[in-house]
Amino acid sequence: MSRKPFVREVSKTGWYFKQPRYLRYMSREVTCIFIGAFALLLLCALGRLSEGQASYESFLAALQGPWSIFGLLVVLLFAVHNATSWFNVTPKAMPVQIGEDFLPGKYIVAAHYAVWIVVSLAVLLLAGAF
Amino acid sequence: MTKSNKPIVWSLFAAGGTLAAFLAPVLVLLFLLAALGRPPLLLHYSQLHAFAAHWFGKLFLLVVIALFLWHAAHRLRVTLHDFGLRQDTAVAAVVYVVAAAGTLLSMLYLLRI
Repeated sequence: MSRKPFVREVSKTGWYFKQPRYLRYMSREVTCIFIGAFALLLLCALGRLSEGQASYESFLAALQGPWSIFGLLVVLLFAVHNATSWFNVTPKAMPVQIGEDFLPGKYIVAAHYAVWIVVSLAVLLLAGAF
Repeated sequence: MTKSNKPIVWSLFAAGGTLAAFLAPVLVLLFLLAALGRPPLLLHYSQLHAFAAHWFGKLFLLVVIALFLWHAAHRLRVTLHDFGLRQDTAVAAVVYVVAAAGTLLSMLYLLRI
């Protein structure tokens, strides 16, 4: 070890502001906060459902309002960001080999987007959202 | 060699991430409709209660809540390290305990329906 080692100054808490690609990495990582928060909201809804009709309906009433709408819009944004970033790396995560060649990544990504759209429409239809 | 629990938490993370990618946006949309004052039929008490009373509905809700929680817990553990919080053992304990508690709680709620 040299007597004057070069120490690069890296902020432990703000390093991801240095480069757009670091910031994009962090934007993917923080989606978990919103997925987790939504899971807790689902858990809360389930708890109120198990307590009976009055409790559940007061939960639904409390869910209405501008702050819930704003919060859920933010959660939706990050949920979509998780979905797109997740699907975009599927060719790296599970490459499909056919004989000597690999299936071009765009087909794997496109297949995931297609399934995503079908699943989303099916859930909306089955849930009676239309 | 000490045994690692990484394969378990990582597979829960990956499974949860995939499920969240396919389902989280549309499920959030259902709650957004409810917040806007026009909940979809499924979120009405009688419909949701009937759904959660059926074994398939129970399984669906348990898998969704548990995998979302475990996905978020594992990724949050790594992300907190990236944000400069280096007490990994404590962070891991907290996030996994919350995920485990949420999983058990959702089972308890579902058994009561």
